Amino acid sequence: MVQVPYLEIQNLTMAYDDNVIQENLNFSVKCGEIFIIMGGSGCGKSTLLRNLIGLMEPTKGDVLIAGVNLWQASLEERNQIISRNGVLYQNGALWSSMTLGENIALPLIEYSDLNQKQIEEVTAYKLSLVGLGGFEDYYPSEISGGMRKRAGLARAMALDPDILFFDEPSAGLDPISSRLLDDLVLELRDSLGATIVIVSHELESIFTVGDNSILLDTEEKTIIATGPPKELLKHSEDPRVLNFLTRTIR
Amino acid sequence: MSINTTDKYQLQNSEEGLSLQLSGDWRFQSGIPDPLHLIDEILSAQPEKLSFDCRQLRSWDSGLMTFLVALINSCKKNNVSVLQETLPGGIQKLLHLSFAVPERKGTRRELLGQPALAKIGNVTIEMHRSWNDLLSFIGNLVVGFFNFFRGKARFRYSDLFYQIECAGPSALLIVTLVSVLVGIILAFVGASQLRIFGAEIFVANLVGLGMAREMGAMMTAIIMAGRSGAAYAAQLGTMQVNEEIDAFKTLGISPIEFLVFPRLLALIITMPLLCIYADFMGIVGGAIVCATMLDISFFQYFQQIQDFVPPIHFMVGIVKAAIFGVLVATSGCFRGLQCGRSASSVGFATTSAVVTSIVLIIVADAVITIVCQLIGV
Repeated sequence: MVQVPYLEIQNLTMAYDDNVIQENLNFSVKCGEIFIIMGGSGCGKSTLLRNLIGLMEPTKGDVLIAGVNLWQASLEERNQIISRNGVLYQNGALWSSMTLGENIALPLIEYSDLNQKQIEEVTAYKLSLVGLGGFEDYYPSEISGGMRKRAGLARAMALDPDILFFDEPSAGLDPISSRLLDDLVLELRDSLGATIVIVSHELESIFTVGDNSILLDTEEKTIIATGPPKELLKHSEDPRVLNFLTRTIR
Repeated sequence: MSINTTDKYQLQNSEEGLSLQLSGDWRFQSGIPDPLHLIDEILSAQPEKLSFDCRQLRSWDSGLMTFLVALINSCKKNNVSVLQETLPGGIQKLLHLSFAVPERKGTRRELLGQPALAKIGNVTIEMHRSWNDLLSFIGNLVVGFFNFFRGKARFRYSDLFYQIECAGPSALLIVTLVSVLVGIILAFVGASQLRIFGAEIFVANLVGLGMAREMGAMMTAIIMAGRSGAAYAAQLGTMQVNEEIDAFKTLGISPIEFLVFPRLLALIITMPLLCIYADFMGIVGGAIVCATMLDISFFQYFQQIQDFVPPIHFMVGIVKAAIFGVLVATSGCFRGLQCGRSASSVGFATTSAVVTSIVLIIVADAVITIVCQLIGV
């Protein structure tokens, strides 16, 4: 079966004023794939993510989500496209003035016709998926960093999005929590068929969950490797790729 | 602090080349010599190699490392080979680390060398960007109002009630204190002059008119700028830092409708009410001065105000208060949403919100006063 690309990036260039961060980026993410955007700190991974999720307009190039050009769509169309995305931010980005329950309920209130009782049930279910059953009435400030991240994931999954974007999901987590999150990511892909794009430089997670990947380079300011992370490790002859994937300074 | 360099290092010529003998303690606390003099000395000897003799070196910290980095960099530039293997193992490892990732070209910022014209250009570009942000904010606000009147604005009424509670009842104490004191001050100033003409009763007119038209609205607005405007900027700024604003945008929810609107509506509703309250408390303050200093009874005082300060003056103050409420809320929210991604930018946004609000309040007050004069209100 030929897998259709859900997300396509064509000739993308990102820059802050005259300072080009990355240029001529071309890649695609297939439906149901876990795609990793790798690269060293400061290479522009998070900036690329901001371009993909509609927070920052690229200097040049196109972002196609389900065949629709994100940055050429009308504001209403773009809002519709991005409301079908789920985003997990680095620190969860939970709305601090709302309880966890309210955080998850808000997208449901905005974009579904569910009644109050149904919303409460969905909220409880989503929280239980990430191991936070019973935490509906807690505020983000009352729970740990790892729990905030999981609650952020529950909110990202609230509307059963077609595609999930994760910004450094393992950052700041202990090894067990990080492993649990990896398992959860795999589970989401396998059970829901979700397409997942992860920005990360945590090698263990990359090798555990990644189906496909790109490696961004700070010096070249573009993609220097494309392919499944395990394949890149086995077959790449580029010393920069091997250095990154084996944590070596040469 | 002068440092005796002979206690720290000595250059020796040997058959193998130039050798630098390091001795004693090389710590920040005991002072580190300037490497320039030594570099000149080494370069004038024109050696091919430079080795180290560290047998006399007692202790060292990053002071020695910075000295060596400067020395090695200069030697490399002048084609002098530095035999780092003659240094102790720990120093070798740290040197390896500091040279492992070379400085990227173009990383260093050259702020000092920027010509004046470039600085003016940068400031102009920044102002242009800020102006665009403001226009976009106002545009979104207008769209938000349009949606609100169509009943399609997306915000939670619980947030609106919470903001009303924060801006209204919670501010009563400070509004009471300030308004009573302003009333007392107005009465004192008026009394000292009007007493000369035996016209003490007109203190009531002065306080009543002053509070109703100007001071009630103005003082309430300034209190709210410092209280609510600053809070809005800090809240939204922190949300910006924590990516909470981004989370709204990626859900397709306008932060202007969801966050700015409840705050704006809260101030539009509470400011006129607080203004009425401030007017009354200021008049009470004046009454206290009249009763205690001028032998004017409360009845006479209030009768005088009722006779000579018609409701239109109170209406002008109330309308002003609503306009000031819009200015305070928009300044606070705009600065908060414009905030950068660091703790210091939250502080800057807060300060900026208060300053912007106060300037706008005074400018708007002047404009409204002139307009009122022109239309004869």
